[in-house]
Amino acid sequence: MMTIPDVVTQAPLASWQLWDSALDSGWAIDNFWAHLALFAVGIIGFVLMVVMGFIWYERRLISVMQLRIGPNRAGPFGLLQPVADAIKVMLKEDIVPTVADKWVHFLAPIVVFVPVLLMFAVIPIHEGVGLIPDLNIGILFIVAVGSIETVAVFMAGYGSNNKYALVGAMRSVAQMVSYEMPMAFAVIAVVMVAGTLSMQGIVQAQSIPFALLLPMAFIFYFTCALAELQRTPFDLLEAESEIIAGYHIEYSGMKFATFYLGEYGGAIAQCAIITTLFLGGWKGPILPPVLWFMIKLFTMFGVIVWIRAAWPRVRIDQLMGFAWKYMLPLSLINLLVVAIEVIILDGDAIRWWLVPVNFAITIGLMTAWAGMFKIGGGSESA
Amino acid sequence: MALKTELVTLNMGPHHPSTHGVFRMRVTLDGEMVREVEPVFGYLHRGLEKLAEGRTYTQIIPFTDRLDYVSSMQCNWGYCLAVEKMAGIEVTERAEYIRVIVSELQRIINHTLAIGFFISDLGAMQTPLLLAWREREKLVDLFEMICGQRLLYNYVRIGGVSHDLPPEFMPALEKFMEEFPFYMSEFEDLLKGNEIVRARTIGTGAISAEKAISYSMSGPCLRAAGVDWDLRRDNPYGIYDRFKFNVATGTNGDNWDRYRVRIEESMQSYSIVQQAMSQIPEGPVMVKVPNLLRLPEGDAYAAIEAPKGEQGFYIVSDGSIAPYRWHVRSPDFINLGALREMTVGSMIADLIATLASIDICLGSVDR
Repeated sequence: MMTIPDVVTQAPLASWQLWDSALDSGWAIDNFWAHLALFAVGIIGFVLMVVMGFIWYERRLISVMQLRIGPNRAGPFGLLQPVADAIKVMLKEDIVPTVADKWVHFLAPIVVFVPVLLMFAVIPIHEGVGLIPDLNIGILFIVAVGSIETVAVFMAGYGSNNKYALVGAMRSVAQMVSYEMPMAFAVIAVVMVAGTLSMQGIVQAQSIPFALLLPMAFIFYFTCALAELQRTPFDLLEAESEIIAGYHIEYSGMKFATFYLGEYGGAIAQCAIITTLFLGGWKGPILPPVLWFMIKLFTMFGVIVWIRAAWPRVRIDQLMGFAWKYMLPLSLINLLVVAIEVIILDGDAIRWWLVPVNFAITIGLMTAWAGMFKIGGGSESA
Repeated sequence: MALKTELVTLNMGPHHPSTHGVFRMRVTLDGEMVREVEPVFGYLHRGLEKLAEGRTYTQIIPFTDRLDYVSSMQCNWGYCLAVEKMAGIEVTERAEYIRVIVSELQRIINHTLAIGFFISDLGAMQTPLLLAWREREKLVDLFEMICGQRLLYNYVRIGGVSHDLPPEFMPALEKFMEEFPFYMSEFEDLLKGNEIVRARTIGTGAISAEKAISYSMSGPCLRAAGVDWDLRRDNPYGIYDRFKFNVATGTNGDNWDRYRVRIEESMQSYSIVQQAMSQIPEGPVMVKVPNLLRLPEGDAYAAIEAPKGEQGFYIVSDGSIAPYRWHVRSPDFINLGALREMTVGSMIADLIATLASIDICLGSVDR
């Protein structure tokens, strides 16, 4: 008797279910090196594509907020504008100052861009999809790798042998270092509630998105991410370039493009981390999970662009005062509050009724502390 | 152990990202603090005052356009006031009303532009500028309706104005007047309560009332310092004594007060335009003035309340068809004298913001 093949008796799968089943059955190819190679190439391709998408997205979104149109000449809706930018920047002459420290000057753009790519190794796009999605120290790896950016910025400023680049780089390093601590404390709060350092584990623990459950951690992480990315309102170095030009003043051509890639790549990385830690990663009702991830990614970036369009920037002394006098104490207090909640609830702190409690604590603490804190100082008597 | 530090001299060169024209400052810095500011200008000096000595009085009017090119009709009017004062020319009623309407609209244009650039220099990525520019675009279209030009109008002439208002002007102006308060309040909402704007501007670039008077400041800078002096009310010219308006003053003379004074003045200009629109009579707009006007021997000075301050014109005549000497009292040139006073001891970021809030226009500073 002829056996009917199994595939005939199964119901035909929808297209995204096919995709899903392929992913479930294991993108993890048995050969370790093949898996590594595939995902490494995939991550680089993903980052480059999404950077170009972000550049287009930012310019069009800012234009809408500024009552103008934005790039619409290069291709339909200006979609080829990033391609035009890339071609322009690749064709520019690569100038290296003769008195610059050649190796440091050469390595700085690379050291800026590589940690960004490394961060993507542990971010899961779908359940089990990623280079090493369930690395058991995932978020610790990300915080560690993200700190390399600080060194890279200083390398750029120092290697240029330019007084103003060096001062700019020192300011930038001060900013990035100051804002890493509240960021780390916000992350620790999330880790305490989720119970694991692994990125995939954190996503799977989010039956309630942590943005609702831990609002103060979310706000603080978002603000610190803005400071790490050096975007408005913390973009002193990029845009206050009338006087102290940024650390990348002496770079041109492809090296400058690498800095730019590093900046936007860092934006993608931070948005992806925020999505994974706070917004529930790839979870969502109807659409395929990868699409949910991209929607959340672009929404976070939209908020970042919105802030850039709307607010002026803070002064350097106000910025440092804000980090050390406001964010650091509050993030410590937040950590204490979350720790108490976790202890009281015996390790399973993901409850619906905690959401309004945490919101109330957040609003109360932030307004009370703001009343006691005076931003910046500003001037001395001449 | 004291740390050895050095003072750095930095040249904020004529080419600025923060606009305002070709203006240069030699700044001596101690780390982040400004210790000394030395403004260097003259990059836009065109020798207008000397050129005027070879031109007839009517030919000088386009020069006055190029002084404060942001609000050029005001400069036209100031000059024509001086000439009419010396020649004893009386201007018709309708021309006076038209002069008031266009001058107050120019004040709105200038203040929205100044505030837009000021907030951009604070770092707001030109969004407030472009939102304020929307109103300026409408007004500039109105001016194009009147005299065909969008920027340098050459409209207010000796003896009146050069063209009468076309019939489509009043309805268009009424449409603008309907929409303006809403857009102004939207603009205000975006900026007034913003914590970052407040933190950057309150307390920075302050000057006291006594110092402001001793530096001969005028205009919104003087009023923000607390001195209640407005030429339109205290020394009225034209028909300003027929309009009711408030004079906005501040208290501390810092960047925040200058910003608030400008916003308030824009709203007062709006109400003056409304009053003028309701009172404007019909009639001719130009009296008969000889082509080659000769002024009697002597001198005269006339000043108007331009958006930037007291714009004055001094003419010395020797009876011929061209002036013997023509001098312009530029308000922003004189206000700039107080820049050092306002910025020494503050930080670089405040220096940029303060320079923007004085609202200079290099055509007027350099002439």
